[in-house]
This record gives sequence, structure tokens and C-alpha cells, in this order.
Amino acid sequence: MNDRHIDVVIEPTRDHYEDIQLFTARGSWIKLALLLVVLVSLPLLLPGYRVFTLNYMAVFVIVGLGMNVLVGYTGQVSLGHAGFLAIGAYTMVLLMTRLAVPFPIALVMAGCVSAFFGFLLGLPALRLAGPYLAIATLGFGLAVTQIIGHSALFGGHMGLVVPDAMVGPFPLSGDVSKYYVIVGITFVLALGVRNLSVTRVGRAFRAIRDSEIAAATMGVDVAYYKTLSFAVSAALTGVAGGLLALMTGFISPGVFTFTLSLMFLAMVVFGGLSSITGAVLGSIVMGYLNLEMDAFQELPVLGPALEGFSARFMSTVGLPNFGWVVTGMLIVFTILLEPRGLYGLWIRALDTMKYSKSADAELSRSGSGAD
Amino acid sequence: MSFFAVDGLTMRFGGLTALDDVSFEVDQGMIFSIIGPNGSGKSTAFNCISGIYQPTAGKIYFEGEGISGLAPHHIARLGIARTFQNIELFSTETTIDNLMLGRHQHMHSGVWSGVAMLGRATSAAREETENRERVQWIIELLDLVQVRDRPVGELPYGTQKRVELARALAMEPKLLLVDEPSAGMNADERAEVAERMRELRAELGVTILLIEHHVQLAIGLADRVLALNFGKPIAQGAPEEIRQHPEVIKAYLGDG
Repeated sequence: MNDRHIDVVIEPTRDHYEDIQLFTARGSWIKLALLLVVLVSLPLLLPGYRVFTLNYMAVFVIVGLGMNVLVGYTGQVSLGHAGFLAIGAYTMVLLMTRLAVPFPIALVMAGCVSAFFGFLLGLPALRLAGPYLAIATLGFGLAVTQIIGHSALFGGHMGLVVPDAMVGPFPLSGDVSKYYVIVGITFVLALGVRNLSVTRVGRAFRAIRDSEIAAATMGVDVAYYKTLSFAVSAALTGVAGGLLALMTGFISPGVFTFTLSLMFLAMVVFGGLSSITGAVLGSIVMGYLNLEMDAFQELPVLGPALEGFSARFMSTVGLPNFGWVVTGMLIVFTILLEPRGLYGLWIRALDTMKYSKSADAELSRSGSGAD
Repeated sequence: MSFFAVDGLTMRFGGLTALDDVSFEVDQGMIFSIIGPNGSGKSTAFNCISGIYQPTAGKIYFEGEGISGLAPHHIARLGIARTFQNIELFSTETTIDNLMLGRHQHMHSGVWSGVAMLGRATSAAREETENRERVQWIIELLDLVQVRDRPVGELPYGTQKRVELARALAMEPKLLLVDEPSAGMNADERAEVAERMRELRAELGVTILLIEHHVQLAIGLADRVLALNFGKPIAQGAPEEIRQHPEVIKAYLGDG
């Protein structure tokens, strides 16, 4: 019996912090630095109107992180996240206009209020799953826009103008200054969600997804963590809503549609469920498509061809509709090709690179052996 | 008051009585086996004890406290761990992450400290590191070093059973409920399972409540045995008594 123990303990004492460390190797610090350099220099290199697109994509990324917590980790479905986005946006704007709350505090409050509504929606969700939960959250999203649209406090269908925001003494006037605030917050939130996913709470979320019964017998309070996951997801989406208001300068119920909620669900599935990289990739691509689909016509050769095709066969509205077709086809083909979505494709690409490298090494080794 | 006691446990599903007035007591440090043919109510008893089912009647006592009616996660926190007949692992997670779920109740990090895990010295990182060190010896004890970082869904059946046992042990339970540890195994593997159970009791001093379809294994391991048939207790006693008990022989061989 003791022999077995001895031959098992061959591994040197490991450093357990490595398992959860964010940047394990020196290489990952270089990658991080590169990413930061790119993020910082991007608005300086791109034309002004593109910065608006980048901001939009960053807002989508935050929503994607939130959807990933709820759908990817805990395995609950939501078709109502545009509702949380609206709650966040309106909370921030109303606090700034009515109570003259400074922007940073109003943004935090947007997250908190949205989290509270997430918690409330999480309560009935405890008794619902699958299609029933989908319909309940759908109802929530629709109800939020209806209430906002019919209330004078929220500006009704006319919407609200977002006041100028200040961070301390600095006014956030142009797209570029907003970019640094939005992308900075996005970056910090992505790190936070990543940390959450490797620690106790994230593990409990995923355990519930894989087996509720086993999670409960491990001491995980399933009801608590399910509602917590709704709250965390809603908090992130609420912050995204505040930032959306900041970047667009105007909000109205027409922004927070059911289609947007669908888009949010689609982008985490498309990106790859339960992966932060996937959620970020999916959100970037879908955010871009959502905003820039009508810019397909700017593509050389293909643009005019698509435009002609769309005008002839699709509808009188023209290319924007065709953009939706392209988006739909992109999702279908990605999921068919790889159920883990963009993240899966990314992993495969890395694997292929690794294999071809190790295959090269193998070849050269066997070559030298033959000599 | 004994360490663990079940008193008049009855479980009905509609018209079906799965458990009918079952009582037994388990002393600390014991291996107690529950045997019986398929459908005799063994797993139902486990589901009642671990809080997944609310018993129709009867009481369950652990360390002198009544635990029947408590939610599964409360029962887990009292120090009762279990495995499942049809493996219930977190299949997309790695072996180590499955074991870390076993540490859930011994850890405290919440959302904020988890999010703010920025470096070795932060509280969540320290807690993670400490608990990963603690489960490492279980990984070594149950020969899981090779599969430590592999998703458990892709591991062979026997290994998954070991991961499930390891996950239960990671909870540092006082009472361990083991459901059919030798299901689907050959004679060699069964002998290994028996050896492992003895080892666990000897090294960890954990009290084991064992459900086993394979009578020889169950009786060979146990200090005391309860035999069930169609939800009714038919015999209880020392292994030798049970082996020769006419009712038990009849239950397994039929009326002939």
C-alpha cells in the first residue's frame, strides 16, 4: 500500500497559485502589453467616426461578459437583457439630470440598480428552466421598454438627452475621450469576470450548469447562486447601458428592442459559450455588424454586387436588410463548423499552429537521428 | 445517541412504497453496508439522507440533530458527503476543479473578493492556493495525478468513479455515503475498490455508509449490514449473520 503512495508522489511540489494566475509566463505579459498598446493607440490611428464604432463594440463586449456569466456559466437563458441595458442607461441619465449626480457615481449606481432588478428577475427564474425561463425573461425585457415608453419621468417615446459627463475635472466631450473611459472600464471588467470565473463563485456557477443535484450535495446553495448569477449579469449589462448612453448622447425606448436582446444571446453562443475570449470575440463581431451592416457597400467589388443583388431580390430597403442575412448566415455557418463558436475556431487555429510546430520539431529530430 | 441514526424512514411515490419503515444506527468509524436486489430502495434511502428527497415519514439523526427536511446544501455543510450510482460529475470541468467544488463549503470568497483577485497576496488567491494544496493529497491518494487537469467528461468510467469519490473526500466529511462503488467493474477492480474503502477508513477515520449491489463485497467490507427487499428491512446484523440469513438468501435467489 505504501509503495503505491511513494511512486505517486513523484511530482515536485507545485505552486498552486500558477493554476489561477492570470499571467503565468513572461510571454503573456508581453501579449498584455501589446494589447494595451493597440487599445491605447487605436483611436489615434483610426478616423474619428470609427472611434464611435469602437465604443459601441466595447459596450457590446461588456454585455457579452454579463451574458457569459448567466448563459455560459450558470446555464440559464435570457431573452430580456436589453431590459437591463435600458435600466442601466435610464438610471444613469436620470441620476445625472434630476439629482446632478456626477457621472462616475451615476454609472456605478446604474450597475447597482440593474443588479437589483436582476436579483428580482432571478427569483421567479428559480422555478423556471429552458423555454419557460426564456419566455419569462422575454416578458421582462418587453415590459421594461413599455413602462419606459409610457412614463413622463423617462421621457416617454421621445427619449432623454444625456447631459455632458465629467470625470473629475475632465469633460468627456469627444468620442476619443469617451473611448478611453469605455474601453478602460471594459478591460477592467473583463479581468474581473475572468478572476471571478477561476474562484469559488465562478466554479459554483458552472457546477450548477453541469449538475444541480451534485452542486447541492457539495454544499452549494443553488437558489442563492442562481439569483446571484442573474444579479452579476444584470450589473454588467447595467454598466454597459450607462456607457451606451454616454457614447450616444441620447436614449429612447426604441434603442432597447427585443431584437437587441436576441442579438445579445446570439453573440455569446456565436462567440463560444462559457469562454471569456469567446464572449469578447463574439461581442466584437456582432457589435460591429450591428452598427456597420449598412457599410457593406463600401467594400470594393463585393459591395456594389451585394447592393445590386439586394435591391433586386431582397426588398426596397436595400443593403441593411441584406446585412442581416449575412449576419444570420455567419452565425449558422460558424455554429455548424464549430459548436464552440469563434472560441472553438480560435483554439483549433492555435492547435494547428502548435501541431505543425511540434511536427516540424519531430521531423528535424528524427532526421538528425537518421544521420 | 448514536453517531448516525435512521428511525422509521418511509418514502412513498404515489402508490409505490419505495422505503417502508426502515431503521438503523451507525457508530462512528464504522463501515455500514446496505444490500438488496435492484429496486429494493437503497438509492432512495441515500436520496432521503442527503436531502434530495423529503421522506414521507420517519426521522434521520446526525450527531444527535434531526436532519430530515433540511436542504441538500445544509446537510452537506454538516459533514455528510456522497457519491452517485450514475456518476454526477461536473463533466466540463477538470478533475481539480471538481475537487475544488468539494471545498466550496470550507471556503468563503464571494463575488467581490473573487473579482479583485489581483495577485498572490489577495484573500481569494490565498484561499484558492491553500485549498488547492489541500486537495492535492487526495489527488495523489486516489491516483488521479495524471488526469488532474483534464476535463472529467472525457475520462474512462472507472476513473470518473474515482474522481467522484475524491470530490466527496475533498469535503472532509464525517460521514461518507458511497453508492455502488463497484458497479460495472470486474473482479480485480472490485478488489481494488474494497481495498480503497478500508484504506479510507484507516487513514481518514471517516465513517462509511455503503450501498452495494455485489453482496460479497458489501458483506466482506462491513462491520454491520442491513438487507432491504422491496423497500422493507428483512435483516440486520453482523456480516456473518446476514450471509446465512434465510430471508436474505431468499431475496437474492428467489423463492425457488
